[in-house]
Amino acid sequence: MTTIQIFDPALCCSTGVCGVDVDQELVGFSADVDWAKQNGADIQRFNLAQQPMAFAENSVVKSFLERSGAEALPLILVDGDVALAGRYPTRPELARWASITLVEDKPQSSCCSGTSCC
Amino acid sequence: MNDCKFLDQPPRFLFFTGKGGVGKTSIACATAIQLADAGHQVLLVSTDPASNVGQVLGVTIGNQITAIPAVPRLAALEIDPQAAAQAYRDRIVGPVRGVLPDAVVKGIEEQLSGACTTEIAAFDEFTALLTDSALTADYQHIIFDTAPTGHTIRLLQLPGAWTGFLDEGKGDASCLGPLAGLEKQRSQYKAAVDALADPQRSRLILVARAQQATLWEVARTHEELDAIGLSQQYLVINGILPEDQVAQDLLANAIYQREQRALAEMPEVLKALPIDRIELKPFNLVGLDTLRHLFTTAVPTIAHDAAITQAIQVPSLSKLVDAIAAEGHGLVMLMGKGGVGKTTLAAAVAVDLAQRGLPVHLTTSDPAANLTETLNGVLDNLTVSRIDPYVETEHYRQQVLKTKGAQLDAQGRALLEEDLRSPCTEEIAVFQAFSRVIREAGKNFVVMDTAPTGHTLLLLDATGAYHREVSRQMDSGVHYLTPMMQLQDPKQTKVLLVTLAETTPVLEAANLQVDLRRAGIEPWAWVINNSVAATTVHSPLLRQRAANELGEINAVANQYAKRYAVVPLLQEEPVGVARLLELAGDN
Repeated sequence: MTTIQIFDPALCCSTGVCGVDVDQELVGFSADVDWAKQNGADIQRFNLAQQPMAFAENSVVKSFLERSGAEALPLILVDGDVALAGRYPTRPELARWASITLVEDKPQSSCCSGTSCC
Repeated sequence: MNDCKFLDQPPRFLFFTGKGGVGKTSIACATAIQLADAGHQVLLVSTDPASNVGQVLGVTIGNQITAIPAVPRLAALEIDPQAAAQAYRDRIVGPVRGVLPDAVVKGIEEQLSGACTTEIAAFDEFTALLTDSALTADYQHIIFDTAPTGHTIRLLQLPGAWTGFLDEGKGDASCLGPLAGLEKQRSQYKAAVDALADPQRSRLILVARAQQATLWEVARTHEELDAIGLSQQYLVINGILPEDQVAQDLLANAIYQREQRALAEMPEVLKALPIDRIELKPFNLVGLDTLRHLFTTAVPTIAHDAAITQAIQVPSLSKLVDAIAAEGHGLVMLMGKGGVGKTTLAAAVAVDLAQRGLPVHLTTSDPAANLTETLNGVLDNLTVSRIDPYVETEHYRQQVLKTKGAQLDAQGRALLEEDLRSPCTEEIAVFQAFSRVIREAGKNFVVMDTAPTGHTLLLLDATGAYHREVSRQMDSGVHYLTPMMQLQDPKQTKVLLVTLAETTPVLEAANLQVDLRRAGIEPWAWVINNSVAATTVHSPLLRQRAANELGEINAVANQYAKRYAVVPLLQEEPVGVARLLELAGDN
């Protein structure tokens, strides 16, 4: 089974509630992760502020941080390889990686209608 | 033995709560001595950053339970919440230091430097004292000079805070995030919260002064903690000026009248509590003998004589305004803990600038609004606006709940709601509202009675929201300053730290200064408000207070502040242009 690993920047909370403004992208992405998990995807999220060891122990993530710094996060690994960096994946991307067929739900899973892209 | 209601048949745990400088530690100390004198085994736990418990009791106390030789049956322990938070940070960050890039490590440390982390780390230390019977079996009473906030307790009570986070060690972080690095089990935290909420075991003593704002704040604490089960509450009003001081001293008379009015108009919820009143004492609360006298109503009489203490010569607020005015425009932010008079001083600075003919926008979060509303339209070049912190925070909460909350289950939603009740949320919501006004400071003066903490600014900066803004502007070739850069530039922004000439408030202001410096902001000046030393007094008690203030004023002048001003305590409430100018020291 495909493993998706999300390496988040140092967030005090994953909703970004504590940040300057609630990051709509993050809010939508949290919902997408829940959705993908419910559809059987194997997704792990790591918060730099709370699980820095997970970043240090993964050589791909560690060298990414050395080259590009924490401001280049998030970093998304799929089965250990870099799949995406600098932005969160969309629901269709998550679905493709996790081999979920994107038909059910309301039409809201498409672009620009409530989740994260655009 | 004594006349105090809160000492009547005390349960095992006694918590004293109230804002800095009301005398929690002195009262907790005196309580501990009294119970020990009465034959009980007592443990006194102090978390006061300005703790002088060791000094008072004549021994060095640290983070180990230490027997007090001078008081049989009494032992004490000092918990330093900052040190506890540091130990927690080291546990998380230590293993990656030198492994991950330095900038990354620094960012993580900042995330863990907020008030939430300190609060949770301190609660972690409490937990053992509330639940570990081996540690505390010898003591019949354990006395704390602080109490956890409602926010912390509610978080610990929420099932949603635990599932998926502590149990799995990962998942949705929240304000509870710091607990992930703590070692105790959920059952221990639950036992600690249960002990707190059990009236048979715990009593909460609210400590206040006879001041309107303080009493309202205490009323909020009362309702918040009552709602989560800490129902056994007592109120102690400390430092009341006795009536016999009123003779021949106009200021003493004014203070007396003001305090009596505040007591008469105390919120109804507080009037329903058992209340003790402690009079202002003519001595410093150091030494065992004086502490033993704190609760006795028979005040040692002090002779009234003809002596007066002249006002000390100190720089006036108006001197500071001279320098501010010279810039022609800019942002002035008054910062300090609740109750030190930020709104009043912001109004005084604004009025002083405006009557020099300069264009000024005064914007406040004044909850009472009476001070600032009287200023609207009085001076031609002064505009006044008001931001209601409650409305702004509520608006922000609703916005978040509508977006994020919509997709959460009941537990997740409850957790998000609690996160949104954190002090950080209010600070951010209010500062966002203010930031709309800040842009005006390029042309005019903008005076605000609040400022974000350095921690918040660093987080805002780190989230990149400001950063992205800049790079967009840079691409288009336009010279642009980030809000952070504007705040760091003393030509554009002047932060005035407001405090009182008392130990704890000065220490709290010094901590705010350290926090701002971390964000690259140097407080431009300190203002000591409500100083008795800066007035001429006759009453023996006020003369004593004036003498006590000198050490604190010296510390501010020589140790903490780049420049400073002292504002005298006035007989009349500083409302209206004339009295505000008097406050600033203009004639």
